[in-house]
Amino acid sequence: MIKKILDKTLLPLFAFLLALFVGGLVIGFTDNKVLAKISSPIEFLKILGSTVGNAYLALFQGAIYDPNLAEGKSFMAGFYPLSETMVATAPLILCGLSVALAFKSGLFNIGAQGQFIFGAVGASYIGFKYEMPMVMHIMVATLAGLILAALWGGIVGLLKAKTGAHEVIVTIMLNYIAAKFLLFLLSTQYFLRPGRLDPIAPSVKETAKLPSLFGVDYRVNIGIFIALAAAVFIWWLLNRSIIGFRFRAVGANSSAARTAGISVSAAMIATMAISGALAGMGGAIHTLGNQYELTDTVAATFGFDAITVALLGRGTPLGVVLASFLFAGLRVGGQTMQANVGVPVEIVLVIQALVVLFIAAPDLVKRIFKLRNLQEASAMASKGWNG
Amino acid sequence: MKNKTTMSRESKRKLNGIYSMAIASIFSIVVFAYLPKVSGDVTYSFVLDKEWVLIQQWVIDSRVGAYGFSALSVLFTALAYYLFRKGKKHGIAIFGFSIGFFMAFLCWASAGDFVPFTGLLQGGLILAVPLIYGSLAGLVCERSGVINIAIEGQLLGSAFVAGVVGSLLQNAWYGLLVAPFAGALISVLLAVFAIKYRIDQVILGFVINVLVIGLTSFAAQRFLREDSEKWNESPILQPINIPILYKLPIIGPMFFSQTIIIYLLYVIIIVTQIALFKSKWGLRMRSVGELPVAAESVGIDVNKVRFRNVIIAGAIAGFGGAYFTVGSVGAFSREMTAGMGFIALAALIFGRWTPLGALSAALVFGFADQLRSVLSIAGTPIPSAFMMMVPYIATIIAVSGFVGRVRAPAADGIPYQRGGSH
Amino acid sequence: MSLELRGITKQFGSLVANDDINFKVEAGEIHAILGENGAGKSTLMNIVYGLLAPDKGQILVDGQEIKIKSPLDALAAGIGMVHQHFMLIPVFTVAENIVLGHEKTNRAGLLDLATAREEIIRVSKEFNFEVDPDALIEDLPVGIQQRVEIIRALIYNSKILILDEPTAVLTPQETDELLANMKKLRDSGRSIVFITHKLREVKAVADRISIIRRGKVVGTVQPSASQEEMASLMVGRPVDLTVNKADGKPGKTILEMVDLNVLDTTGRALASKINLTVSAGEVVAVAGVQGNGQSELAEAIVGLREHLTGSIKLSGNELIGRSVDECLKAGIAYVPESRELDGLISSFSITENLILDTHGEAPYSKGIFYKPAMAHQVALERIKEFDIRAQSANDPASSLSGGNKQKVVLARELSRPVELVVVCQPTRGLDVGSIEFVHQRLISERDSGRAVLLFSTELDEVFALADRIAIMYRGEIIAIVPATASREEVGLYMAGIRTATAKGGAA
Ligand SMILES: Nc1ncnc2c1ncn2[C@@H]1O[C@H](COP(=O)(O)OP(=O)(O)O)[C@@H](O)[C@H]1O
Ligand SMILES: [Mg+2]
Repeated sequence: MIKKILDKTLLPLFAFLLALFVGGLVIGFTDNKVLAKISSPIEFLKILGSTVGNAYLALFQGAIYDPNLAEGKSFMAGFYPLSETMVATAPLILCGLSVALAFKSGLFNIGAQGQFIFGAVGASYIGFKYEMPMVMHIMVATLAGLILAALWGGIVGLLKAKTGAHEVIVTIMLNYIAAKFLLFLLSTQYFLRPGRLDPIAPSVKETAKLPSLFGVDYRVNIGIFIALAAAVFIWWLLNRSIIGFRFRAVGANSSAARTAGISVSAAMIATMAISGALAGMGGAIHTLGNQYELTDTVAATFGFDAITVALLGRGTPLGVVLASFLFAGLRVGGQTMQANVGVPVEIVLVIQALVVLFIAAPDLVKRIFKLRNLQEASAMASKGWNG
Repeated sequence: MKNKTTMSRESKRKLNGIYSMAIASIFSIVVFAYLPKVSGDVTYSFVLDKEWVLIQQWVIDSRVGAYGFSALSVLFTALAYYLFRKGKKHGIAIFGFSIGFFMAFLCWASAGDFVPFTGLLQGGLILAVPLIYGSLAGLVCERSGVINIAIEGQLLGSAFVAGVVGSLLQNAWYGLLVAPFAGALISVLLAVFAIKYRIDQVILGFVINVLVIGLTSFAAQRFLREDSEKWNESPILQPINIPILYKLPIIGPMFFSQTIIIYLLYVIIIVTQIALFKSKWGLRMRSVGELPVAAESVGIDVNKVRFRNVIIAGAIAGFGGAYFTVGSVGAFSREMTAGMGFIALAALIFGRWTPLGALSAALVFGFADQLRSVLSIAGTPIPSAFMMMVPYIATIIAVSGFVGRVRAPAADGIPYQRGGSH
Repeated sequence: MSLELRGITKQFGSLVANDDINFKVEAGEIHAILGENGAGKSTLMNIVYGLLAPDKGQILVDGQEIKIKSPLDALAAGIGMVHQHFMLIPVFTVAENIVLGHEKTNRAGLLDLATAREEIIRVSKEFNFEVDPDALIEDLPVGIQQRVEIIRALIYNSKILILDEPTAVLTPQETDELLANMKKLRDSGRSIVFITHKLREVKAVADRISIIRRGKVVGTVQPSASQEEMASLMVGRPVDLTVNKADGKPGKTILEMVDLNVLDTTGRALASKINLTVSAGEVVAVAGVQGNGQSELAEAIVGLREHLTGSIKLSGNELIGRSVDECLKAGIAYVPESRELDGLISSFSITENLILDTHGEAPYSKGIFYKPAMAHQVALERIKEFDIRAQSANDPASSLSGGNKQKVVLARELSRPVELVVVCQPTRGLDVGSIEFVHQRLISERDSGRAVLLFSTELDEVFALADRIAIMYRGEIIAIVPATASREEVGLYMAGIRTATAKGGAA
């Protein structure tokens, strides 16, 4: 049992360490203070170590616990960064689940970004336009976003099922279309905040805002629980429902699934609609819980981070939750790192890319760490454009 | 027996194309000419030379123009059908139809306005340059059997390196010179992980893009901002006039008074088009992209061919990347390629993995983008956001088979391992 | 030239595909290698041709040891090969395929195809091959594609020719032509290694016969040896491939197809004017050379094909227009042609595979809830009943051997309440033990009153099991004959020749 868990976590762990190491080298070797000492090896290593160490410490403080914040206040106050990480984690989990679910059905959903946008659009519109009682407003707004995003995602499944159009190409294109469409919406009278020219919608009404968990000082809200609930639901769907059985069958061998009487088209369309709904829910809770107002950059990079999250999490709901937390922490902590020690936050992107690269190439990690019995990653088989 | 089927499938595809042309022509008559309640004068201006003095203007009523040009597209549709029936190629008729349709659209869209016609063409061509480089890079890669989603990263990385080197040495030519190496370097990453570690190429390309965006943005933040005079003020390549040709009206300034990057592009287009179908290099490239075991069985080292071509592809993308910095503005800015790599991928797919197809698609996308900026100044019935969607929508239509099936090379994206298949 | 192999050994993981193989073919000799599916024949030849590297052993040409690291070395040594799976690029022309790897270029650096065209025409003439150098491979029938491979070997001037199961894709007539050409090539002084698992062909052309079993050479015999002797060497025990069965007792009509046409998306008929009935308690075999519409017909019956006209009735109920799921539930068991591709999901557990088409029914599910524990329980019963050799029901199907995989498919399909059993190539690639199991099981299904429709390209299998035989040619059933018909007659039908002797004909 322990061995099994170890097997599963060892590769991601080593991949992450390796990525941190390479990221550290990038930080160190681009630092003038470090480079100045390059002639004396001992000094050089010392300052290299301290520079990188300080950067990662700042990152940790920005993501989890900052003693400086606790000073003079309660111990708990130092956890403010953690609350911010949770804020970023919630939408990421939902987007990550969106990609992960599609993986299980054999589809590579690069379109979480666009689906997220539609989720945000739907939630925002209901949120600022209508008056409703508290709980109901949240539910209706979320549902609106979810439905829009499910339709947007469903298009992909429909095209794939009916015409064989490769979902990767379609979702890449749909992401751009969604982004341009959002820009268009925000220039219309329906969405543009009165008196503004830049693309921004009115703020959602108080009744539509997600209740926060720890009072006004912290932004963290029930969104994180919604996301966790969604993860549990997806686990159930995949492993304990016949719908999930079909999804997995289609994902593993669509031709055998079809021969056994499973409708591949239906599975694809349903998968993409549910995937879309998940990412859309991410967009909705991000809008209703964190942003409150729709802008052209509302989706930030959630949809793209979701792909790295799903890959790092190996497509399982639990993995997605953990990976989301990790990457959200990197993102949030990265801001502090940039502010405190001047290391640009973009290093986080580099680390993120490297983690996924190493995860995808287990042979490389095995070779570097001389691991033998590491469980093979259930590597996403390359199917190619025609597959 | 089978021969006949494939023939008929091909002609069915062509026939569908002609039907679409007919529908588009009718659409053009109704929407561009008949429906508009008011008409206005459209002023087309032509710059005959680089000097702005030689301006010719042509004024036409928008409704009259729309009717006229729609009629032209109807005519060419008929011609296409006639040629098709005769069993002849009807590429010219498609071209004529496109011009008619496009001009009718323009009349409608800019009623009462001023259209800088030459500027439109020239701007479109310029916008297409990085797209063409990108799609050719994708082509060489994918024809060899390696999916290239990393075009964006290749363009961005080489744009960065070209800009920085050009700035440090204060010479744009050095920037241009190193750009293909930068592109090739990114390709090495693609090649090693795709071919040696055989990881999913879509994931890989995606990750490489993130990595390059991360690295270039990190470096831009760290160096280029702080000391931009040293790091980020590259001179740019100057246009070179091709003797005699550059004096031709309209086409002269458009095609023959450009920077070296564009002349290089002409060469690369012609070479890839011919080499792909008529040379040993092209034959081997296509063989490893279609059925690698068969290539191996006649003694071709599949992975070596793939590796080499992926690197070449990176170098081609490198020139396209150089265009962003030393070829146009000089300075590098974060994520300056802004998704062009993906439009290049779209052009490649829309162009059915052929050089001329990719070229045409890239030009169409370039013109669409230029048209958008021209029309958004003029103020048009179509929101500019929708004009920006053109390449993406076109690609979805293409891969959905609405204009006939597009088929990627059969082994595109499938890693090859010796003795592994069967 | 002569080719000699000494001590060739090759392992795939723990599987020893070739175990210390010694073998020699002399100049001007046809040396057949005979062995069951999976015996290691292709592996051995791929080693000789440089596509696989041996773990141990030597290759000698004319007594000289040579190192073959890639097909280039093999070709240089005069070894040519016609592969079991053709090594031709479908979108290339014949000429392009032939120059690939040996391209000549002109001064401008462009391909010179003219010489290749001339060569192709020259060799074609010599052997009456009629191959157009500018035809696209994908437009050519398999028989012609095979000729292209032979032409390629001859143009490369191969003195040693390896033919890996060349007859598997041919009609009996084409097979005869090929065998004649092989003799012609031998008489021109070339050495030929002829791989097959069909005894009859071996006896017709071979000068010597080596028999491989489980990666080992178990004997070399003369063509005068009896079929029984060769068969028992091949399998390792005396075999009797005749299936013990009583005459069928056909009951009421179960499956009735009337004027059925199966079309592709462009409207072309893949199978046309099919009229066939199968009754309870009988086995009807559809024979024919691969690719004559049998697969499409089978798929049509279970709803896997979309464009159909005519009628398919199961016990009087129309099936056309129903989904696969509905067809299966109406009472059809379906064993698809390819276990790996269509029959099983190799990454799924044996349990999951055993309930693949019943997962939505009790006791495995309730509403939309899936109940893995119940599935596991039932799986254990099936594993016992069908004698599936597996470590655990939770192991992935990919861990099973070919025969056990097929048993999983059979266990799943035959355990459902069905009236009709549609089986396609049920023993392809199986060892003799598994073949016997499958055959016995199909006969007992028949005897229990089910209707069995068997699609098979193996005439031996057809004659062993069938009560009636329908022969398909170019999408049509050109004859239906009783099981007592002669092999020759069925062979002629398979080649599309409608003989006058055909009685009981295509009703
Ligand atoms: N590349 C491979 N990897 C693993 N096993 C293989 C491979 N190629 C063949 N085998 C196995 O080796 C055995 C011999 O295969 P093969 O030589 O193709 O047999 P034959 O041609 O005699 O039917 C089979 O069990 C087959 O599954
Ligand atoms: Mg074989």
